[in-house]
Amino acid sequence: MKIAVASGKGGTGKTMIATSLAASLAPGFVIHFLDCDVEAPNAHLFLNPELTGISPAVIAIPKIDPDLCIACGKCVNVCQYHALAMIQEKILVFSQLCHGCGSCALNCPVSAISEEEKIIGTLHQGKTKHGIMHYVGKLTISEPMASPIIHKLRKLPQTNPDITILDAPPGASCAVVSTVYDADFILLVTEPTPFGLHDLKQMLGIISQIGIPAGVIINRHGIGDKVVETFLTQTSIPIMMKIPYKHEIAIGLASGKVLTDFKPVYRRKFRALFEIIKAHIIADPGEP
Amino acid sequence: MIIMITSQGTTLKSKPNQIFGRSLMFIKYDTENDKWEAFMNPGVNEPGGASIAASQFVIDQQSSAVISGNFGPNAFRLLEAAGIQMWTFDPSCVSIEDVVNAYKKNQLTPFLQSRKN
Amino acid sequence: MITTQKTVHQLVILSGKGGTGKTIISASLMHLASQTKYRGVLVDADVDAANLALVTQAAPITTHAFWGSQTAEIDLIKCNRCGQCYQVCRFGAIRQPIDEKDVYQILHLLCEGCAACMYICPESAIQMIKQQDGEWCHSVTLFGDLFHAELFPGAENSGKLVTTVKQNAKLFAEDNHLPLMIVDGPPGIGCPVISASAGARLALLVAEPGVSGLHDLERIIQTLNHFHIPILICINKADLYPEGTRTITQFAESNGYEIAGYIPFDDAVPQSIVNAQPVSLFAPENQVSLAIGKIWSRIQQTLFEKGEC
Repeated sequence: MKIAVASGKGGTGKTMIATSLAASLAPGFVIHFLDCDVEAPNAHLFLNPELTGISPAVIAIPKIDPDLCIACGKCVNVCQYHALAMIQEKILVFSQLCHGCGSCALNCPVSAISEEEKIIGTLHQGKTKHGIMHYVGKLTISEPMASPIIHKLRKLPQTNPDITILDAPPGASCAVVSTVYDADFILLVTEPTPFGLHDLKQMLGIISQIGIPAGVIINRHGIGDKVVETFLTQTSIPIMMKIPYKHEIAIGLASGKVLTDFKPVYRRKFRALFEIIKAHIIADPGEP
Repeated sequence: MIIMITSQGTTLKSKPNQIFGRSLMFIKYDTENDKWEAFMNPGVNEPGGASIAASQFVIDQQSSAVISGNFGPNAFRLLEAAGIQMWTFDPSCVSIEDVVNAYKKNQLTPFLQSRKN
Repeated sequence: MITTQKTVHQLVILSGKGGTGKTIISASLMHLASQTKYRGVLVDADVDAANLALVTQAAPITTHAFWGSQTAEIDLIKCNRCGQCYQVCRFGAIRQPIDEKDVYQILHLLCEGCAACMYICPESAIQMIKQQDGEWCHSVTLFGDLFHAELFPGAENSGKLVTTVKQNAKLFAEDNHLPLMIVDGPPGIGCPVISASAGARLALLVAEPGVSGLHDLERIIQTLNHFHIPILICINKADLYPEGTRTITQFAESNGYEIAGYIPFDDAVPQSIVNAQPVSLFAPENQVSLAIGKIWSRIQQTLFEKGEC
């Protein structure tokens, strides 16, 4: 089973929720935790895995053999991203624009294009003290695109867990889609303010397109107003948990603790949450 | 000698554009006979690689020099490889005409990649 | 030389991590700036989660469609079901038919517009169609003009929309002789952040005390150093976790970065959001607003009074 934890807005508490869910379920299940927020990964600061495996995340970028190249310019024309340019019969590659689609190689009339690897980040894995297998991807500084490394991260686990928890990046753009598109359930974390509502709606736009069952967790309940709750009553998306704002929770998180570790009462709540998620998945399995 | 200037409009009275890759227009000016022509920048609507498309255009027009407000790393790499000189204009140039005159009087600043934004 | 075109000084506000308070701080800085001679234009560069309009009481003047990317479309009449498109697509964006009655289908949410399928199709049955990825707006607010945008859900945040919004804001600022452009930046370190930072004269980094705070601060700093953009740091909710604040302060000192201010936690902030105002307007006497005021003074000095042109 795959459960994704996402939020339109950043800083709502995705990582707190994702790590708490993982830690609560770890005693009874084999859990894989994937931190897909590759631009600003944080979950490892809380779950503290012993990161033993480290591998480079690579994408395939074109390599032009100058001896075979006839400077016809076909590769420059087919590239939709302007990752190739031609000057004085030489082809230049702009790897930061390359999406790794392979179209240039496919269309070269003289098969002068092969692929070479470019490192865009690093992938790490390790076990936490809870017994969770933790996977994290980190985008290299100045690399523009997150999606390719998220795709690589998702292929990393070699074994089949009982539950995979995916900690998504903030927002509702294609990096988030790359994370959640095949989840069985999506937990949406929001805050009870107009900001939280606005950004939640962005996520709901994705949910309606991919047809995956979802539920909302309102974090820092009590700091703002009721706009989120009121809005959700007009949708079929349930509110599955409300976590009240408490100063001690904020401090515990600031010092790098998992919520369920320093507030054990939440373990039961997250296990109950999981049972409700299971019930939703059975009732509404989503589109194939 | 052919110079390309990023422009916000289609005439010599138009304001020059600070941006290269997504500049709306280019003014192509031949300093030998003072003939000029306005072109739409092929990079302006591209989702990505705009400065590469713009640079490719500048190269394909047989330019010797290009003048704008700033050149990003992709444009710099391509234009430098093609041997095209890059220059920037200062705020006192309020029209394409001003830029051309400043170029002729050697009053423009050469663009070096190590310059800060 | 007659100087009729003054330079617009760009300040970009970033944090690496989301939710640190960038938007409230950006709106408050704009409010404070509007009361000085350094009036400016405001840009919401977080097109994925654009919130600035919500606390500045923005009223749209013009709205523009944004055509960013393209997606593939199969003409089912021409399709001969050879499946070559499925073979070449590296993004899993083509679904194979499950039986005789089913068809090949493009999964638009996953399609990256590379057109490999279009080029390989022997029947020329595939076309690339431009997509409207979002829209951008020019609005008026309580404190000046705002340029903002919304990316439609699932769209690629390539930075092009951010660049479009910024360009239009800059032209407006130049035409109206506004010396300042405040850019409320997106979270992360990728393309949208790079686009938001392009041309910035100064970056204000908003850090939160805590284990993630320092970690994400380091990554955004590395990104900005790569692009040679000078930095000021402020610590938001600084009194929440003094140990974390100390750690960040020490980090800043050892690396030669200036801390422009410490902003205390205040529940007036979420209340100000509910009331659609920046906290500097909603609760001007509170310490949180006074702290932002001090940060504005420092920014003013750095941007305008340092003697740099």
